Amino acid sequence: MGFQESATPDPARRVFVSYIDKSREYYLAQGFGNPYRWAYNTEIPFTPLAKPLSESRIGVITTTSLWTGQDHLDLVDRPPKHAYAAPCDPLPARMFTMDLAWDKEATNTDDLGSFLPVTALKKLAAEGRIRDVSPRFYGVPTEYSQRKTNSQDAPAVLEYLREDGVDATLLVGL
Amino acid sequence: MSLTARHLEANGIPTVVLGSARDIVEQAGAPRFLFTDFPLGNPAGAPGNPAMQVEIARMALRLFETAETPGTTVRTPFRWPVDDWRMNFMHVDVAEREALLAAGEDRRRRQALRKEKFGDA
Repeated sequence: MGFQESATPDPARRVFVSYIDKSREYYLAQGFGNPYRWAYNTEIPFTPLAKPLSESRIGVITTTSLWTGQDHLDLVDRPPKHAYAAPCDPLPARMFTMDLAWDKEATNTDDLGSFLPVTALKKLAAEGRIRDVSPRFYGVPTEYSQRKTNSQDAPAVLEYLREDGVDATLLVGL
Repeated sequence: MSLTARHLEANGIPTVVLGSARDIVEQAGAPRFLFTDFPLGNPAGAPGNPAMQVEIARMALRLFETAETPGTTVRTPFRWPVDDWRMNFMHVDVAEREALLAAGEDRRRRQALRKEKFGDA
């Protein structure tokens, strides 16, 4: 496979991985003709906290899906994904992640806390750092359709957050 | 994920994106970004390391208070124990060109089948 033998990066190359470069070259090598065009924005919206964190309810948003009993689901059989909200208490034992392009050779997603920081936030709520964690966490699918994210999924999650009185959010992409 | 963050932010909800794909998140224009230089999959902390996960959540919250300008990135201090993933992930080896093309061909075939089944949704 041409794996790098050394444990240290090659300083003749950029150490930080460019996933835009990597995925473009990889899919071109797989014969996909049209490189994916990633979102590029120079204007950035910005909303400061309306109140101190100690008085704020925090919500967690994930790109993973609710587990439906299978770790492996063939691409052909995967139904289209939609935004969703699910209870934080109890948290699911696991999430479905195999459809996402995380590094399946280097790591795993068996520990929910490694990508869904609900338990960590609950601990910080117990310390008084935040008021509390939203009773639900939220899912936003990533299916490489920026149009669908902007027109359907992001507005749907905004509605869930408003229903739950969430003041600020952590969004965790795999 | 960054696009969702932007939508929420434009509608009055402050956000912090936690992630490991620095170039993608920064180019998309995420309002606040907590970067952990790990292989993709564990941007909230290494598996089985709840202390690190709390520390990363703590840094994410802190970013709500400290970020003064849109598009602020803060990097967590954590390092993955090895670096080989930087090279290995989505590695294109010319010696494997045929296998890569075959994998792509298979993926396109299955994508077409899925489209027949579910439409464009």
